[in-house]
Amino acid sequence: MDWEYFFELLLGGLTRGSIYALIALGYTMVYGIIQLINFAHGEIYMIGAFTGLIVISVLSLLGLNQIAIIFIAAMVAVIYSTAYGYTVEKIAYKPLRNAPRLSALISAIGMSLFLYNYVLLAQTSDFLPFPNLIPEFEFMEPYSHIFSSNELVIILVTAMVMILLTLLIKFTKIGKAMRATAQDKEMAMLVGVDVNRVISATFIIGSATAALGGILIASHIGQINYFIGFIAGIKAFVAAVLGGIGSIPGAVLGSLVLGWTESFATGYISSDYEDVFAFIFLVLILIFRPAGILGRTDTEKV
Amino acid sequence: MKKNVGTNLIALVVGVLFVFGVCGAGIAADPIKIGVAGPHSGDLASYGIPTTRAAELVAAEVNAKGGILGRKIELLIEDDVCKPEIATNTATKLLSAKADVVVGHICSGATKAALGIYKDSKIICMSPSATNPGLTQSGDYPNFYRTIASDDAQAKLDVEFALNTLKLKKIAVIHDKGDYGKGFAEFAKKFLEESGKAEVVLYEGITPGAMDYSAIVQKIKRSKAEAVIYGGYHPEASKIVTQMRKKKMKTAFISDDGVKDDTFIKVAGEFAEGVYASGPKDTSANPLSISAVEAHKTKYKEDHGAFYINAYSAMLALVNAIEKAGSTDYEALSKALKTELVETPIGKIRFDDRGDAIGAGFSVYQVQKGKYVELK
Repeated sequence: MDWEYFFELLLGGLTRGSIYALIALGYTMVYGIIQLINFAHGEIYMIGAFTGLIVISVLSLLGLNQIAIIFIAAMVAVIYSTAYGYTVEKIAYKPLRNAPRLSALISAIGMSLFLYNYVLLAQTSDFLPFPNLIPEFEFMEPYSHIFSSNELVIILVTAMVMILLTLLIKFTKIGKAMRATAQDKEMAMLVGVDVNRVISATFIIGSATAALGGILIASHIGQINYFIGFIAGIKAFVAAVLGGIGSIPGAVLGSLVLGWTESFATGYISSDYEDVFAFIFLVLILIFRPAGILGRTDTEKV
Repeated sequence: MKKNVGTNLIALVVGVLFVFGVCGAGIAADPIKIGVAGPHSGDLASYGIPTTRAAELVAAEVNAKGGILGRKIELLIEDDVCKPEIATNTATKLLSAKADVVVGHICSGATKAALGIYKDSKIICMSPSATNPGLTQSGDYPNFYRTIASDDAQAKLDVEFALNTLKLKKIAVIHDKGDYGKGFAEFAKKFLEESGKAEVVLYEGITPGAMDYSAIVQKIKRSKAEAVIYGGYHPEASKIVTQMRKKKMKTAFISDDGVKDDTFIKVAGEFAEGVYASGPKDTSANPLSISAVEAHKTKYKEDHGAFYINAYSAMLALVNAIEKAGSTDYEALSKALKTELVETPIGKIRFDDRGDAIGAGFSVYQVQKGKYVELK
């Protein structure tokens, strides 16, 4: 057995899984609170990447240093994307909160189509180069042929975001309110939880992680266009379902499992059937665990 | 009531036939309608828009001189987004708008889907860019012509370049599973195996649009290939090249004219350096080509982009054939295309029995200092 090759695939799959996870977290949080599959989430990620690129281009002209650029770009992208996430919720989902779930789902698909067409028209249909933001760390130099600093940062940020979210939900007041809303919206309202505020907060947090993901992933891959959100969104959604939608560790675990399945299937079998293997695996897991790997079938979510 | 409808219908059909009959006799004032189909939006719009512009410029020039056979050219521009399922609609739209001939489509898959529809209505279709060999070699589409050489010509050139110029022994062949990329890759693999000089160490398809290609890049690395021959378009190629270079791999990257696009260099940036790609021969010394390029510069103030010269040539070839044939009649037009030589920006061409342009060819280019440079 060729161990070096195995580890390279393992790391490749880990990076890919972390990429999916950064997007899947938003899906799973929103689903946990209001049982809505927010198809526009991938678009928020794409808008984050675009905003980042615009800010970076402007700041580079001003000649700021790299670290400052990364932080300012990330901050602007997060603020911008959360504004989009918040507005989308207010316009497209809030009026439908008591409508059948399918109506809200259609509204989500509509929002997704609207947002990517909007970026297509307002920006460009071309692929745009995205600068590599993360400098090559010196201590990573000996390993750079198998693992880049960029990949390291993606994995670390994903882990951090996951831990922070878990802490937020477990130990803060808003986290408690989120759990209450997830369990029973009406009951939460009766005991004085401002459900609208909780839902808005969920969208804001989800959009912020998506925007962070947008910048990190675009910097890793080196290019963006208006359509990246769609494909990323579908894959991340699959990952969230695989892990058990509504569960935060589940979304990360599902993403990693999906990333590894794809990586190893490509590495040891054939990349022709990469997606086929990934979905066979998904079907198998859902047959034996219909709620996903860490999903719970009872009413408690988040 | 029912009977009435029937009689009306017959009257209508007779009327339409009558009008067509008169048309055949030749009403001079009718414009000649040329359909222009290709991607004008979406990922691959950069392949389709230059063709539209070429068609507009040629049409304007011909119309300024009084048109063909005393008839003006009218363009019917339709978007097919390079998708086969949309291309059939595009074709139907062009037919119902009564296009006489069609320039396009751009992508091989979309072209193939649309061709059957044109064939049934006896409409000549000339693509500046669809390079799938089967389109001409299968003999299924006698109404199809193109002003670009087919993929097997391209694959042959790339393979010979890898074997004889670069003298490589181990080659990985990768494609994007699409009509164009896979067609090219299959030919490259076949030519490599027939040569006996090199080994195909890896032959695989990738999923277009995937988020990253690190696994396939690791696989290429493990196969110890000295070069990758890639069949597909620039979005995936730039991701693969970028990831290969970030992993410090020096493997040569040889591709097709789907990658020989300036967007590739723009997106892959420094990582594009040294990449080889075959594309239509450099015709920049041809006087017609110079004037075509200048016409574009004056009007649009930017470089012309992919397949512009081929599209310009296709328009000129069609205009010439209509003029020589004296009508847009299918048989006469076919004969004129196959027998009459025409001066175009890609050289003096006519078409062989299968519809390939005699006199159009490919050469290998390399990215040097951010530009594709033709290797002699």
